[in-house]
Amino acid sequence: MRDLFAVIMMTGIFGLLSASFFVAMDAVDVAFTEASVGAGIATLLMLTAVTLTGRSEDSERHKPMWALVVVFTTGGLLIYGTLDMPYFGFAEAPVHQHVAPRYIYDSMQETGLPNIVTSVLASYRGFDTLGEVVVIFTAGMGVLALLRVERRPGIDQIMADSIFYLMHERHLILRIVTKMLLPFILLFALYVQFHGDFGPGGGFQAGVIFAAGIILYAMVFGLNTARYVVNRTFVRSLSAIGVLLYGGVGVVSMLLGGNFLDYDVLADSPVAGQHLGILLIELGVGLTVAAVMVIIFFNFCGRRDLP
Amino acid sequence: MLTHLPALAVIIPLLSAPLCLFLRRPLLAWLFTVIASGLTMLVSITLLQQVMASGTIVYEMGGWRPPWGIEYRVDRLNAYLLLIVTSISTVVLLAANTSIEKEIPRHRLTLFYVLYLLSLAGLLGVVTTGDAFNVFVFLEISSLAAYSLIALGEDRRALWAAYQYLIMGTIGATFILIGIGLLYQMTGTLNMDDLSRRLPEVSQTRTVFAAFAFIIVGVCLKVALFPLHRWLPNAYAYAPSIVTAFLAATSTKVAVYLLIRFTFSIFGISFSFTTVPLQTIFVILGLTGIFAASTTAIFQKNVKHLFAYSSVAQIGYMIVGYSISTTMGLMATLLHLFNHALMKGALFLALGAVMYRIGSVRLEQFQGLGRQMPFTMAAIVAGGLSLIGVPLTVGFVSKWYLVLAALENGWWPVAVLILLGSLLAIVYVWRIVETAYFNEPPAGRESIEEAPLGFLVPVWMLVSANIYFGMDTRLSVQVAEAASQALFGVSP
Repeated sequence: MRDLFAVIMMTGIFGLLSASFFVAMDAVDVAFTEASVGAGIATLLMLTAVTLTGRSEDSERHKPMWALVVVFTTGGLLIYGTLDMPYFGFAEAPVHQHVAPRYIYDSMQETGLPNIVTSVLASYRGFDTLGEVVVIFTAGMGVLALLRVERRPGIDQIMADSIFYLMHERHLILRIVTKMLLPFILLFALYVQFHGDFGPGGGFQAGVIFAAGIILYAMVFGLNTARYVVNRTFVRSLSAIGVLLYGGVGVVSMLLGGNFLDYDVLADSPVAGQHLGILLIELGVGLTVAAVMVIIFFNFCGRRDLP
Repeated sequence: MLTHLPALAVIIPLLSAPLCLFLRRPLLAWLFTVIASGLTMLVSITLLQQVMASGTIVYEMGGWRPPWGIEYRVDRLNAYLLLIVTSISTVVLLAANTSIEKEIPRHRLTLFYVLYLLSLAGLLGVVTTGDAFNVFVFLEISSLAAYSLIALGEDRRALWAAYQYLIMGTIGATFILIGIGLLYQMTGTLNMDDLSRRLPEVSQTRTVFAAFAFIIVGVCLKVALFPLHRWLPNAYAYAPSIVTAFLAATSTKVAVYLLIRFTFSIFGISFSFTTVPLQTIFVILGLTGIFAASTTAIFQKNVKHLFAYSSVAQIGYMIVGYSISTTMGLMATLLHLFNHALMKGALFLALGAVMYRIGSVRLEQFQGLGRQMPFTMAAIVAGGLSLIGVPLTVGFVSKWYLVLAALENGWWPVAVLILLGSLLAIVYVWRIVETAYFNEPPAGRESIEEAPLGFLVPVWMLVSANIYFGMDTRLSVQVAEAASQALFGVSP
């Protein structure tokens, strides 16, 4: 397929289908993430990238025969690998026998959270999640380092005015609907953020939804209008503050005599400590994810707006 | 605080990165980065001492016992790698402030240091962790930061080089992830130690075989082993000089560490070397790599390209030593990890000095540099000699043990080929020497001064390390030997 717009739409559909596939496999948290990240914001960011680079692919310069061979070998090996795999849902499979039972039976007493996924993600394997957040932070920093352009004074104002009037004339319905929807999107993001302990959700999904709300605003009302609302330096700091909040919880638990990220020592009882720790680190995740998504979007668009 | 050392080795650079973002003045950001890296180096030195004295140190992240939680496990091998990465990073950073002011626009300097710290933290995380999935997470941090750092190079081709590296690196990382996923399917655990205990039970299944294949190929992409090395030369050549010096000295070393960790510790020696003819494949690839890359290096016009191809060749030596699969062979590989980091650190940093003064590292620009930048050129010559393997340099030490290991195994043709490979190194190093010392400077460039002290001090620190560890081999040989014996399960 040559038309990159169609390719991106296909990717979005693929993301949504995988999400429903995950639901069918009872992995609701993963499905939620896939729906918000894979089908949602990733599609959006790719669309932004395409507006920068152009809609159709360059004509082919080489025959990708080698790539095809590699793809087939990989696929073949993957199928070969599955031949001896335990059947799906097989109760005796090693995955269900070794570490999982403790997560299932004891996580409620040990962390006080009904959502096992959150307790594994935020507590048992909390250090991995810190790593994931740093991966996202790194991506944001990479985009900032490579795409940020020096601002030229004066131009901003002219641009802001022109876009403001432009938007005032057109897309009346879009603007009104967006204005109506926006509070609900942001509220829903907050709900996902703080309800992650009990149901599917958590910092990653919430951050993405929150960012999607801001991006929607920026798309309809123009980048410069959005910049009045969301200060760039502030977003930049926020992405770092999220990581620092997460890491800070770890450092505090270290100072209080536990190991790094051992939330037990944060409060009087281990369960209360776990609760506090998980709440704080999820907040850190949400802050960084939302900030980085906004950074990436603003910087992609910022280049387009340059006269 | 001593019990927290394994965690601190990673957390210090990891949390310094977001803090560094708040420092707007480049000088402050630089100082901060140097201090963070220096502190991490102190942590690594202490760790190495502790490990050598009292054995493996285990640290439970979040206070959860493994395999439920994530474990950090520092044995001799990790501690040795930690020392290599942190010390090179610190020394290279000393030159950073001088070097990048000419290569990177001012408003990007703070972000450069943030990314540098992230890359360092990623590499250290990969080295320290005892959890297979955690390896992947930190590999992503270090690679993502490395792609951005490379793309910051002032040459437009840096973007393309970084993109190529991004594609290849992502394929490598995905393969590793698939492999780890398959292993989890079969064992139900992600902890390395636990994996090594539970794998033998299921080692005959096709799933484990597929996992092994994916992990090996993925890691070899990151190592830049011969046919998978295509991303490396351009990435090294067009990156900012500091980035080249840092990555060339550390990132492939960490990948070689992963190869050793996965094959020796997780899958076990007998599985790794009997299921697939790994030994034969790696010896052939390693030797072909040495010759193909060294020959390509001879014909390069850009000196950074030249040394990048030389790096691919040097990786060949490491892989040959690894595939001999005796204590001696592995020890030679580990020694070469350390020694090659010293050589390439010194060489690429000296090239950074040339770049600083002349603004190019093309070979024809080196004419007359022998007289104009005597100290920098002397450093390049010393590094080159070490690369060739002249006695009294570190290069000699690792080649010596490598040849000994090959002979001990009765592989004399391999030993001969290793020595022949060194001859090729003489050719490409000589080309630089000839251009720099036996030519007059080109017209219009008569007044080039010696590089500033900001460069000369770190460059010569590394060069003296090349010579010092070439004569006094106690530290490197002792640790490499102990690590290698531990991997083979021989009690020291």
